[in-house]
Amino acid sequence: MNKDQDWLFEIKPKSNLFMLNFKEIWQYRDLLMLFVKRDVVTLYKQTILGPLWYIIQPLLTSLIFTLIFNNIANISTGSVPPFLFNLTGVIIWTYFKECFVSTSDTFKKNEAIFGKVYFPRVIMPLSIVVSNLLKFFIQLIIFIGFYVYFIFKGHDLSPNKFIFLYPFLVFLMGLLGLGLGMIISSLVTKYRDLTFLVNFGVQLLMYLSAVMYPLTLIQDKLPQKFSWLVTYNPLAQIIELSRNILINTVQINFKGLGYSSIITVIIVLFGLLIFNKTEKSFIDTI
Amino acid sequence: MSDIILKVENVSKQYRLGVVGTGTISHDLNRWWYKIRGKEDPFLKIGDSNDRSTKGNSEYVWALKDINFEVKRGEVLGIIGKNGAGKSTLLKILSKVTSPTTGSIKSKGRIASLLEVGTGFHPEMTGKENIFLNGAILGMTKKEINAKLDEIIEFSGCERYIDTPVKRYSSGMKVRLAFAVAAHLEPDILVVDEVLAVGDAEFQKKAIGKMQDISNTEGRTVLFVSHDMVAVQNLCSSCILLENGLLKKRGATNDVIKFYLTSDEKNKDKNDSYDLTKSSKFTDSKYFQLVKLEIIDEILGKGFKVTSCKSCEFKIYYTAPNLLKKAIKIGITIKDDFFKPLMTFNSTFINKSLCVEKTNDFISCKVDTMNLASGDYHIHIWFIIDEEKEIIIENAGKFLIVKNNIYGTGILPDPFYHGNIIHKGFSFGSN
Repeated sequence: MNKDQDWLFEIKPKSNLFMLNFKEIWQYRDLLMLFVKRDVVTLYKQTILGPLWYIIQPLLTSLIFTLIFNNIANISTGSVPPFLFNLTGVIIWTYFKECFVSTSDTFKKNEAIFGKVYFPRVIMPLSIVVSNLLKFFIQLIIFIGFYVYFIFKGHDLSPNKFIFLYPFLVFLMGLLGLGLGMIISSLVTKYRDLTFLVNFGVQLLMYLSAVMYPLTLIQDKLPQKFSWLVTYNPLAQIIELSRNILINTVQINFKGLGYSSIITVIIVLFGLLIFNKTEKSFIDTI
Repeated sequence: MSDIILKVENVSKQYRLGVVGTGTISHDLNRWWYKIRGKEDPFLKIGDSNDRSTKGNSEYVWALKDINFEVKRGEVLGIIGKNGAGKSTLLKILSKVTSPTTGSIKSKGRIASLLEVGTGFHPEMTGKENIFLNGAILGMTKKEINAKLDEIIEFSGCERYIDTPVKRYSSGMKVRLAFAVAAHLEPDILVVDEVLAVGDAEFQKKAIGKMQDISNTEGRTVLFVSHDMVAVQNLCSSCILLENGLLKKRGATNDVIKFYLTSDEKNKDKNDSYDLTKSSKFTDSKYFQLVKLEIIDEILGKGFKVTSCKSCEFKIYYTAPNLLKKAIKIGITIKDDFFKPLMTFNSTFINKSLCVEKTNDFISCKVDTMNLASGDYHIHIWFIIDEEKEIIIENAGKFLIVKNNIYGTGILPDPFYHGNIIHKGFSFGSN
């Protein structure tokens, strides 16, 4: 009998790049859920309004957007009430942003715990994506509330027949945030410069992601030289799609959906790869 | 059982010294350039051994270099060595926190580490919630924790506080809770690093007992890192000694500990005694001059360390060119850190004068049993020469009494409470 085959596992310096151990991640699923619980339970401890903040944030943002972009800048939203238009964009954008910003900090923030015990590091960003999903659901409920309210007020709103695609879009947003966040978090372990880029860049990214204007407006008003920045942004495509599905009855742009999905898959795979490589020895460089 | 559960083969770990800056990126690029051409990493060839105190030539050091050992199932292996010898690095590699630069570790069992307690405790969450979180971080499933919850709470002794946020806990309570979780982990190999230092005496005993249980009755393997030689002696069947990143010795616990303590002394070879030439107030060197004070321990030999409850000898060297056939009296007093006298050896009490026979000689004072508890002590020397001249050297030297498992129980006297140690049995009056 070959004795070497008896070993349960082996710790070696470098492994092949795609050694993502799904079995191991599955074993740690309880940890994932406990991290989610921790995030949700402890975030608003010792605050007065508590989980109400989940609702206040998107509502106020949408309100300000409506005042600035629709009332002052006169962006037309067609027959859709501007507030609802903005809210649709804001909730799904917020989900992406939270996933991205929180995961981009994974290694630095959890240095203390990562430095002492081993568990599959990818659990941490995954838990962030899941706990933000819970926040997203709360915001979605508020959105539905306003949706019904505007229908009662006589607005002509009806969801698209492709409404079943909406969860998929949310899933894509989460994956994009996860993928980009993992890339940034891995690079940040050695070179801290990127931390500055994240906070600043995510602001700029919002303006390029069709959160508060329809995508068609870009094609009309911006010269070709710049409009690609928005039209080739997978985020803009997903946000536009989610809006079309929920409140417009416009034809769905399947090309945009396909494009965004492919980009997302590439980013997530690349993120996993670089994250996996980093997790093995980041503790020496952080 | 001779069944090997863990095999460490040629493990080395290289670290880069200094700060991460622009130099880092140039080295990274260099490394990458070698890598795409299929060559070996150029920075692996260089690197000094990891000697903390000397200034090295290289920016790279080997925190561990070619470590090889095997651990059998059910063995409790102690890992000892000075600060910076590479103990923690080794444990970090074993617990997969960081990966080795070269070499490999093969294991037949689940490894769980207890590197520092309270890892992942969230201050806002209650004790119970943290048991679940901590347990899950250490690799337990929710079901496993649920099954052992009562046991864990009872072991920790924090029942009353279990629904209170952990931020209200005292540091000792956090340790108790964390150790309780880890002790119920049931991994095949448990890695423990200096965790017991924080708890009180009762808890330390409990923790050591638990670790003994883990290895003896449950047949699991423990790797234990500590500076506390008594705990190591009590717990471990064998030991490895690390020095500057190298595996210096592997063997039975007592041999390795003895080797470690004495090798430590050999390093001080050039300076293993106290110079008394300057501290002696009696300056007429033509007449009488103290030279040096030596301390010789039964086990550890010449140095500044004495083993508790073993014999030792103090040697005071002098030169006395013009004092032949004259009588001197001598007293040596051992005082504690607060200069409270604890022990005296004095020739006047036994009404004995020593006669100077040679110009260069020493006076020896033998102590049968140094029955003081472990700790730092000071030596005061007093002389009367020729019935008239008095020399007093306050604090001529300091020495350390090292722990000794005198009673064989691992329970040791504490200098603060117990002072002198008298080795005697007890019996009830009725017998």
